[in-house]
Amino acid sequence: MLGRTANGLFWMFRYLERVENTARLLEAGLRMALTRDLISAEEEWRSVIHTAGQRRGYQARHGTYTGIQVWNYILRDRDNTGSVLAMMGLVRSNARLVRNAISGELWRVVNESWMQIRDALSRPVSQGSVGDVVAMVRRAGTLAHGAMVNSMLRDAGYNFARAGTFVERADNTARILDMKYYLLLPSPSYVGTTLDAGQWDQVLRSVSGDRAYRWLNAGQADARGIVEFLVLDERFPRSLAFSHSLLRENLAALSRIHGAGGASGERMREAAEMLQDLTIERVFEQGLHEFLLEFTRRNEAIAGAIAQDYRFLA
Amino acid sequence: MIAADQRFDEMIAGDGEVRPAYDEYCIWYERQEPGWLRRKHLEAEGTFRRTGITFNVYGEGEAEERLIPFDMVPRIITATEWRRLARGIEQRVSALNSFIYDLYHRQEIVRSGRVPERLFRDNAAWLPNMVGFTPPGGVYTHVVGIDLVRTGPDDFYVLEDNARTPSGVSYMLENRETMMGMFPELFTRVAVEPVSDYPRRLARSLAACAPPACRDKPVVAVLTPGSFNSAYYEHAFLADQMGAELVESTDLRVIEGRVAMRTTRGYEPIDVLYRRVDDDYLDPLSFNPDSLLGVPGIMDVYRAGRITIANAPGTGIADDKAVYSFMPEIVEFYTGERPLLPNVETHRCADPDSLAYVLDNLADLVVKEVHGSGGYGMLVGPTATRREIAAFRRKLIARPENYIAQPTLALSTCPVFTRKGLTPRHVDLRPYVLVSPGGIDITPGGLTRVALRKGSLVVNSSQGGGTKDTWVLKD
Repeated sequence: MLGRTANGLFWMFRYLERVENTARLLEAGLRMALTRDLISAEEEWRSVIHTAGQRRGYQARHGTYTGIQVWNYILRDRDNTGSVLAMMGLVRSNARLVRNAISGELWRVVNESWMQIRDALSRPVSQGSVGDVVAMVRRAGTLAHGAMVNSMLRDAGYNFARAGTFVERADNTARILDMKYYLLLPSPSYVGTTLDAGQWDQVLRSVSGDRAYRWLNAGQADARGIVEFLVLDERFPRSLAFSHSLLRENLAALSRIHGAGGASGERMREAAEMLQDLTIERVFEQGLHEFLLEFTRRNEAIAGAIAQDYRFLA
Repeated sequence: MIAADQRFDEMIAGDGEVRPAYDEYCIWYERQEPGWLRRKHLEAEGTFRRTGITFNVYGEGEAEERLIPFDMVPRIITATEWRRLARGIEQRVSALNSFIYDLYHRQEIVRSGRVPERLFRDNAAWLPNMVGFTPPGGVYTHVVGIDLVRTGPDDFYVLEDNARTPSGVSYMLENRETMMGMFPELFTRVAVEPVSDYPRRLARSLAACAPPACRDKPVVAVLTPGSFNSAYYEHAFLADQMGAELVESTDLRVIEGRVAMRTTRGYEPIDVLYRRVDDDYLDPLSFNPDSLLGVPGIMDVYRAGRITIANAPGTGIADDKAVYSFMPEIVEFYTGERPLLPNVETHRCADPDSLAYVLDNLADLVVKEVHGSGGYGMLVGPTATRREIAAFRRKLIARPENYIAQPTLALSTCPVFTRKGLTPRHVDLRPYVLVSPGGIDITPGGLTRVALRKGSLVVNSSQGGGTKDTWVLKD
């Protein structure tokens, strides 16, 4: 496989993951804003923008945080290079670049989703339609992953695509957790205290983990439990441990296929050691923010090493 | 030549009878409910959009991906008609290949006085560094698209020989797929020659042209200018269907005397490069030093016989309307036979008598640029305004050697589907021809292009043309 093609697959799935996660954030924001009064609804939307990492761009455009401004900015603002519309365009243009490395089924799903999303976002999104648009974006991710799992050859290409997915997912979950940790832990003494139901619900919804968490923890909601769930629970498909466990499998498969593991395998091992035998107490001792900072740094180092090892660029 | 109102219709004869080729189709068509046909017509467009079968258009602002309109009424050719065409095409392609070989070697045809030396000496497509070099297997034109037009039951003419990088074959394949998906029952009623093995035949034909130094199974790659190129869809499609890598020049490098592509394992050598880029963008060291595109040194590797480039550099010399006008002589010279497929009568404006004739008859002629393509820069006399004719006259007088002129042909028509039912539109036909040392391989049928505007004779997709599935009936 060409290095350029591997790069295209990797980024196609990074962007797809980012699109999906942005939609999850919006979904959580929409839900929360409905259950809040006006002032905290504004707080809610501010938090969505911050968590999406689009604070600077948004502030250059708008002075206030209203729902309709926020979702239109995130979904379709022309000046927003990280908008869902722009990122979905990148998913599709990368898919086009790697057209002969993906199955026809996957290509058609991505192309159709892109056509639908582009049409839906060709005009401002109203209160009445935002729910449908977000659902459509989420479905694009589900369809693409389904098509890939069902139709793609399990060769190098598949593993590059999956590696992109899990690098991005680990990054997103860590970032969401980092942006929200002040909500969870205004001070270290909060560890173990019961939280405001709305706050933890919002964090969990941002990663579509509310149902799963409740199922596993029977309504026991404290900072320790939530952080443990999002960082260490290998059963939850958006946790850091899960993302890195799958990433590790993909990298192992790649080095098997290529007959050699490079720097990426090394970086992966280091990152895995960081999570191995880790307890949630140790995370809090180190400081959650510091822990997450180190995690995302290592995660990016893996991504960089993959690009090097497999000659993504000339 | 017959007048435009006596045009030949492929489906309906002058007496209103359905021609034999369309018998079965028409019986089927008459039985279909009109509303259902209209729904199918709309469905076809959706299919093409979802599959992403588009070409890129650069207008104002950003590039746009457009669909080439597809018409769901097939263009049908009988087995007997096709056999005749295929013999003519084979003869012509064989002569083209011999002609290019000769031009870059002993130039017997020039010595014999059949064609003038200036034909290639002043031609930008002439590559001096191909002189004396023989490509692997002696093949120059690995893939050719011969544009044919029809004016009567037995009257087919060659309009153009596309010997550089003919495009459109993906439409031939996708049109058939779409038709089989939409009207499966039609294909159980009518026995149609399949086209779907074209990519396999292309892969086999290219592999057969691998350099002699290649001992293992040849590694074939398709070279595209990139995803912004208008034919990118086709490049990706063919690479995918052949199981070949789709490379850009940035993926390639000359390493240890071989052309190699950057894979995730490192650089791996290529044996056959099916390039869909012009000569100018192949090698900045040999051709266009200002170009950032291309693979520096690839021509040295080529001349050392360590890679096959398809089509061969310098092939464009035969893909020229001035050369076209000599094709009858060229065919006779190399095959020793009369051409089976005639040329359209062509006036070379470089010749003063011809120029005078052309200037007197501009309103009735089609005038084309010698090096032009894609339907640009041409004058269609009968449909042009006085002002357009006057403007063209000035260009023609300023640079007569830049133009040829042909009579306006009464291109045959074939019905297209519209809301109101079937209505005739002008069509042409581009069969795809593969050349290897093993022989000449022609896929039955090809791409039928159709001028969708009423009365229009221009079938190019850039000028409002569409396409049709082309059927060659089995005996």
